[in-house]
Amino acid sequence: MARVAMRSLNKMYDEVHAVIDVNLDIRDQEFVVLVGPSGCGKTTTLRMVAGLESITSGHISIDEKVVNDLPPMDRDIAMVFQNYALYPHMSVYDNMAFGLKMRKFDKAEIAKRVREAAEILGIQQLLQRKPRQLSGGQRQRVALGRAIVRHPQVFLFDEPLSNLDAKLRVQMRVELKKLHERLGTTAIYVTHDQVEAMTLGDRVVVMKDGLVQQVGDPMELYNEPANRFVAGFIGSPAMNFIGVRLAGENGGLWAETQGMKIKVPGQLAPRLGSYAGKDVTLGVRPEDLRIAGDIDDKDLTFSANVEVVERLGSEILLDVAIGQATMVASVEPTVTAKVHETLRLALNPGRVHFFDNETEAAI
Amino acid sequence: MIEGARWRRWVFFYVPVTGFVVALLFPFYWMIITTIRPDRELYRPWNSVNYNPFWTWSPTLEHIRDLLTTTLFSTWMLNTMLISLAATAISLFCGLLAGYALSRLKFPFAGAIGTGIFITYLVPQTLLFIPLSDIIRNFRLGDSPWALILTYPTFLIPFCTWLLMGYFKSIPKELEECARIDGAPRWKAMLYIIFPVAIPGILSAGIFAFTLSWNEFIYALVFLSSPDQKTVPVGVTSELVRGDVFFWGELMAGALLGSIPVAFVYSFFVEYYVSGITGSVKG
Repeated sequence: MARVAMRSLNKMYDEVHAVIDVNLDIRDQEFVVLVGPSGCGKTTTLRMVAGLESITSGHISIDEKVVNDLPPMDRDIAMVFQNYALYPHMSVYDNMAFGLKMRKFDKAEIAKRVREAAEILGIQQLLQRKPRQLSGGQRQRVALGRAIVRHPQVFLFDEPLSNLDAKLRVQMRVELKKLHERLGTTAIYVTHDQVEAMTLGDRVVVMKDGLVQQVGDPMELYNEPANRFVAGFIGSPAMNFIGVRLAGENGGLWAETQGMKIKVPGQLAPRLGSYAGKDVTLGVRPEDLRIAGDIDDKDLTFSANVEVVERLGSEILLDVAIGQATMVASVEPTVTAKVHETLRLALNPGRVHFFDNETEAAI
Repeated sequence: MIEGARWRRWVFFYVPVTGFVVALLFPFYWMIITTIRPDRELYRPWNSVNYNPFWTWSPTLEHIRDLLTTTLFSTWMLNTMLISLAATAISLFCGLLAGYALSRLKFPFAGAIGTGIFITYLVPQTLLFIPLSDIIRNFRLGDSPWALILTYPTFLIPFCTWLLMGYFKSIPKELEECARIDGAPRWKAMLYIIFPVAIPGILSAGIFAFTLSWNEFIYALVFLSSPDQKTVPVGVTSELVRGDVFFWGELMAGALLGSIPVAFVYSFFVEYYVSGITGSVKG
């Protein structure tokens, strides 16, 4: 159990500034997910915590102790790798026991801990097998087992589920969550999959180009994205963005573009006042669009031409054209929209986002 | 396999392979048949009536007996074995450490050092023996097994280093990283994780080094002079070719017996050997 703190953490490779000024406080027992597109510095950050990459500047501390110069073995961490990194020449038992043997635990204690871990993960019957005789999911469990037998202070996960097929990934995701609840060990988890990030993380750190974009709990990221990148990265299908010009008219603020003119919801108007006459980006999630009914405020509706209908069963995704722009709307499965039909869509007024075109920050 | 009609398989597969195998095995056949053929048949002129170079009806072991009793062949075998094993052990040890360092450690000029080692392998032995013989003389190692045990690694170490470097690079580095997080210092991770996983590569480097030392000719010819110090390739060719007289039966018997250990080593480890050369580790 431990806290992990990163202070002004930087990593420079010859020319590339891979991690830029990362500051992060991870609380005891917290499950923190680093998420971002490939090359965003999330894995490098994790590897610096593990001690596998040197730190260019800044420092990392585990439980108040600066670990910058400690070799990986002295940091009391365990790491699960994307390709599992099971030792191919050792049995499952020996794979799990290796770390304990290296730390000179006595045989009885090793056997006890390995059995315990195997039981938690349901791999008791596999202990004598070699890694090549295991399926992907089983290897994943062994890799987890190898991490948990050591009772480390911190778990590090480097995209552990990305080599599994879709169904198994969902199952292992749930198991990881349960495992964390049972063990309560502080965990740092790296993934490029925003669904994994949202479902697993107590808090999620979104990174891009070496910079932390936003840190927050999953719903916070979803409901109040700090900038356009986070807004587009979190959520599936992704948020719709459409360029609009703001203009004051009839005592209200209006966002206008070709084929659409809507009134800026009252609670946003004060913040957007200074943007009157300027171009901004309007962001709205597909599920915050609906087919306009009688109760909807006329000022928040616009007409759209259906281009594609994707029936997913639990919902229908409508790809619609508004002037030159396109948007995706997620609507009730009972809606009977047809291609080329013109509909009126309404925005959920509480859930419209505006982004500065230059800084891309949320307004 | 080649797809398509049967004739295509014959033309593009069976016939070329058969031709190749026959061409490769014929010298061995010739060696065997000459060994067991009595002298009176060996030296029969080619235009005599009963000239029959490819077969004999009266096989004999007299050449092998002569070889073992009238020459120092068994001493040569022992010398060769000792020198090859020692040179292989030294080269494998150095090659393992150098190959590991060059493939895994980050240090200045790692690339240049790797290339430098490779270049030393490219200098032909036929040139290198001249300065080496000077060194051997200065250290008073001439005409002793040490002359070869210490010079063979000059070409074996670069070879082992490069072969093992390639093999180590094919081992996922996460294995080692995981071991280091698990609590193993680098040398333990190397010893307990990387080396066991690299056994196919290590065995093929060893087999190759052993074969190269076993068959080596020019250094052995130059650095050794007394008959009881010689290795098989040099002993057989220098003691059984006297002037322009070739003792073909004994020569071939020597070649046959001399190739048995190598053939044995190869056939024993052939599977490791192939996977070592093609180099892949499945996690």
